[in-house]
Amino acid sequence: MEFSELIKTATVESVLLSCAGLPPVRGTLCITSHHLLLSSCPGGDGQPGTVELWLLIRNVDAVEKRVQNLGWYQPPRTNDSPRDTRLAGSSGTITLRCKDLKVLQLEIPGMEECLNIASSIEALSSVDSVMMMYPFFYRPQDLRLEEGWHLFPLEQYFQQIAAQTSQWRLSDLNRDFTTCPTYPADVIVPAAVSDDTLRRAARFRQGGRFPVLSYYHPRNGTVLLRSSQPLTGPNRKRCPEDEVLLGMVLDEGERGFIIDTRSAQAAKQARMTGGGTEPKSSYPQWKRLHRPLERGRPLQESFIKLVEACNDASLSMDRWLSRLESCRWLSHVKAALSTACLAAQCLDREEASVLVHGAEGTDTTLLVTALAQVILDPGCRTVVGFQGLLEREWIEAGHPFHLRCARSAYSHARLKQEAPLFLLFLDCVWQLSRQFPFSLEFGESLLLTLFDNAYASDYGTFLCNNEKERCLCKVKENTHSLWAWLNQPEEKKKYLNPLYSHNPLVIWPSVEPQSIQLWQGLFFRWIRPSQYLDEARAEMQRLVEGNEAPAKESAGSRLSQSLSDPAARTENER
Amino acid sequence: MHIWQHSFQMPNSDRYLRGDDCFSEVIEMLLRASCSAEILHHHIAAVEKLPLTTSGCPLVIQCKNFRIVHFVVPRERDCHDVYNSLLQLSRTAKYEELYAFSYNPKQNESEQVKGWQLIDLAEEYKRMGVPNDYWQLSDANRDYKICETYPRDLYVPRTASKPIIVGSSKFRSKGRFPVLSYYHKDKKAAICRCSQPLSGFSARCLEDEHMLQAISKANPSNRYMYVMDTRPKLNAMANRAAGKGYENEDNYSNIRFQFVGIENIHVMRSSLQKLLEVSGTKGLSVNDFLSGLESSGWLRHIKAVLDAAVFLVKAIAVESASVLVHCSDGWDRTSQVCSLGALLLDSYYRTIKGFMVLIEKDWISFGHKFSDRCCQLDGDPKEISPVFTQFLESVWNLMEQFPQAFEYNEAFLLQIHEHVHSCQFGNFLGNCQKEREELKLKEKTYSLWPFLLDEQKKYQNPLYSPDFSPELTLLEPNTVSFNFKFWRNMYHQFDRSMHPRQSVYDLIMNMSEQNKQLEKDIKELEAKIKQKNGQPDAVLMKEHQQSAHPAPMALKTPPCFKKEQPLIPVNDAVRTIEGSNTADNRYSEFMEEFSKAEPAVVSLEYGVARMTC
Repeated sequence: MEFSELIKTATVESVLLSCAGLPPVRGTLCITSHHLLLSSCPGGDGQPGTVELWLLIRNVDAVEKRVQNLGWYQPPRTNDSPRDTRLAGSSGTITLRCKDLKVLQLEIPGMEECLNIASSIEALSSVDSVMMMYPFFYRPQDLRLEEGWHLFPLEQYFQQIAAQTSQWRLSDLNRDFTTCPTYPADVIVPAAVSDDTLRRAARFRQGGRFPVLSYYHPRNGTVLLRSSQPLTGPNRKRCPEDEVLLGMVLDEGERGFIIDTRSAQAAKQARMTGGGTEPKSSYPQWKRLHRPLERGRPLQESFIKLVEACNDASLSMDRWLSRLESCRWLSHVKAALSTACLAAQCLDREEASVLVHGAEGTDTTLLVTALAQVILDPGCRTVVGFQGLLEREWIEAGHPFHLRCARSAYSHARLKQEAPLFLLFLDCVWQLSRQFPFSLEFGESLLLTLFDNAYASDYGTFLCNNEKERCLCKVKENTHSLWAWLNQPEEKKKYLNPLYSHNPLVIWPSVEPQSIQLWQGLFFRWIRPSQYLDEARAEMQRLVEGNEAPAKESAGSRLSQSLSDPAARTENER
Repeated sequence: MHIWQHSFQMPNSDRYLRGDDCFSEVIEMLLRASCSAEILHHHIAAVEKLPLTTSGCPLVIQCKNFRIVHFVVPRERDCHDVYNSLLQLSRTAKYEELYAFSYNPKQNESEQVKGWQLIDLAEEYKRMGVPNDYWQLSDANRDYKICETYPRDLYVPRTASKPIIVGSSKFRSKGRFPVLSYYHKDKKAAICRCSQPLSGFSARCLEDEHMLQAISKANPSNRYMYVMDTRPKLNAMANRAAGKGYENEDNYSNIRFQFVGIENIHVMRSSLQKLLEVSGTKGLSVNDFLSGLESSGWLRHIKAVLDAAVFLVKAIAVESASVLVHCSDGWDRTSQVCSLGALLLDSYYRTIKGFMVLIEKDWISFGHKFSDRCCQLDGDPKEISPVFTQFLESVWNLMEQFPQAFEYNEAFLLQIHEHVHSCQFGNFLGNCQKEREELKLKEKTYSLWPFLLDEQKKYQNPLYSPDFSPELTLLEPNTVSFNFKFWRNMYHQFDRSMHPRQSVYDLIMNMSEQNKQLEKDIKELEAKIKQKNGQPDAVLMKEHQQSAHPAPMALKTPPCFKKEQPLIPVNDAVRTIEGSNTADNRYSEFMEEFSKAEPAVVSLEYGVARMTC
């Protein structure tokens, strides 16, 4: 396939771009294989045209077009746009709804051009082949291809655990992805269990996702494990190796908890299709707790409904609240947080190990294990630690990003596998950051960037569904890592929380509905003007930085030493 | 929503201590069995005895500052006694029994007088630019003869003669004729306020028509004026049957009449009641909470109030038109809309002092019935209404949208709310100025404002920006529904487990304090160097430049602030626990598996009781 075949019209002159909160711009629209560009016409003051829009076409979630071909009819124009008689014949408007929830409007002179542009964008944005995606073509000058891909080897994580206990080992039994196609090559397993036993246990778990270590709680040596559901089926099959594997995790007389992210009934029903859950009789030391978490279609619909409600500024208070309620998004946030807290509570307070699984073990399971670690482990609350967590608990753990994030909240496409679990995770982390504003090293901007990149990215980090696919596509060889870009000092600075100070404690959030807030920074990012909030944030940053070098600034501003410091300069001007 | 459930069962948590404090207050109160200096009595909104349980007799106290306290008294008879004493104590029949009359902050008389003189409304009108060519001070109400519920000093258009004032007042409910509330210097437009006209279905009053004309002519920049009836149209129409109603546009020249639809005090009261029921329910699901929030209608009302203020501000700022605001009696909704409008128009009201002035002017002096609305005395429960609370909440919503526009912070609003109900200071006692004078409040009680000013450090917004401080900087809030949020810190002020565990405000506050201190230190050091050297400035400059680098090291040592340090709490509530306790947050119901915390068992004889939540 050639991209050029999909591009029916490459450039159109005099296109009017409008976007909520910004003045409309007129310019030349240009479609390339991966981008939509709009450069404004040179201004009257002799300025060269500037690029007003640089949109990754992969970011486009839905294209809506409206054409007017009324011959004699002068189409309605905005007041400030010059009347152009050439356009009187026909024109069209394309509304681009993006995966990052931004909405853009393009007013295109000429019906045919409009239709061509629309169908080109549609075709280019629906290219499904991973190898055709932009990360494989993106070659920034200041980054090296291999950079950032091996920042967080599991080996290193394992060494931290090995320094405290010898009960766990690093196994490479999955090096050719045959035991479990969605696990990475290396996994951490009980030292006393042989690879052979693991292979047999894997056959008893859906998709081969046998229980592996997700987190070791250094305070008391308890562990968080994750897996998929056991394949007990209607005949209540058992698997001695699986029982041995889980038995090895606990000492004599110790108790563990299995947190099943489905309801007891759903878990029972799963038996009919070959799945199921661990019966008490076969796993006597483990107590099962059911904490149903929504996923799949209902979660995606919740997301869609929420975004719809947020985009409707005309809603009365009652309608707004009732739509906020009926979309249930905040309920999902609360449920995810509570379940993660439950897991964390079992580990930290009850000193009991925990196994988390739902059905496939690639969605809600990862949501719970990753979130529990943010709550428990101060190491996960730094920029680098959080990246490591995402790498380990989402990317390598086989969350199917390619399927789940193929479409966002606007798409008209028939949704199959899409579900915003990763977004839900980011939202929960945001809730934590609101409740513990000094405890996370990163700010909202990092979470927003991660959301954007999970859905459409220049980088290969969130491509594919698991490590096996990434190996096949040679993602690590042929694309840049998001982490390499984020960790450049200049870039990293943007994502830091100025208020951060290391908090070694467990952060227990409140999960009362009064404490759960709608993430306005994400859902209203393109809707509400945030000038005042941004300025306040900048001022806060200035104050904090001023505090870190108080003498420098105050002395500097008076002695005019720090003229290079813009903050100090504005202070003087005032 | 804001109801604070004391969880007393956790003997080793901080909350226990709080509960204990509070409990000893009650006990103390009981022991004294007299109406002595206990703030808590006045804060009691309701006391309820729940059915007897095995552990004892539960007693629930609801406070006006939205705290809820649960007690279990082991013996039913004791509980009954406690219940009765609390009921009696919380019902004060006479003003003189209120705490303000016995509260003695150890100030001498002159301090007391000075305290009361802190806010001078004549000064405030001068600041706005009146009297001037168009507006003058009228002495018509010097003896409260024309309107009992207005202050003595009123500003009216120069062209409004005394007969017009008298005539107009006779045509207005409770005699509350149109007077100036705020004058916008730049636009020469005014916010005026009054009560509804006694127009019935067809009555007219020429003097009143003249009065409005005078107001409209007092504005040289615009020929027409707006009349805002802040009631829903239906209510206003219903009032016509009682001989009241609203202005007929045909009778008044050059007016533009507008209804803005804020509901009446009864609707607001029951709305708050519903809100409190929702927030008081423990372990609510998100959906139950949101649907409760919706059906309470509370945020809808807050939005209606702000929408009305935005309408008013647009008329003044965009059209330079004067606006006359009224509702029925012109002391509830009218106060809300006029004061919020002025707050949006004039940055002075967004300073600590200015906000006090605003409350003194539009609420206290113009006769918002604080005593009735806040139930300071045992009176008609139908008069109680959270109108002032709504005003504070509207301001809070503005603060959320404009984090840098206000010199004061949320704690300031909460503290004012606290004292509106505490009856500790004289400011909010009584229903109007006349009543306050008769009570001799200025001699017998103290004013709240100097106390707030003394501790204003606590109420400063560290992010307050000078960009917003120039006079008449307009705020243009966005009143889209999603911008209105549930005010957790008001309704759950005492429920620490719901608050963010770390307070950004406190941290920033401390940091800017620290910065100021360090700057001061630098200045002092510089002064010392100067003294010691006695050298000419040029040389000194050079020296400074050299010393600027080592200086930080030396300066950092003494008081330098570290983020890990415990933060100074706002109010008395310690809101800054890092970490926090799992038991605070009910994550799971499978507690039967886990160890149970024993409730603290105590007996009433020793001044304690068993407390649970």
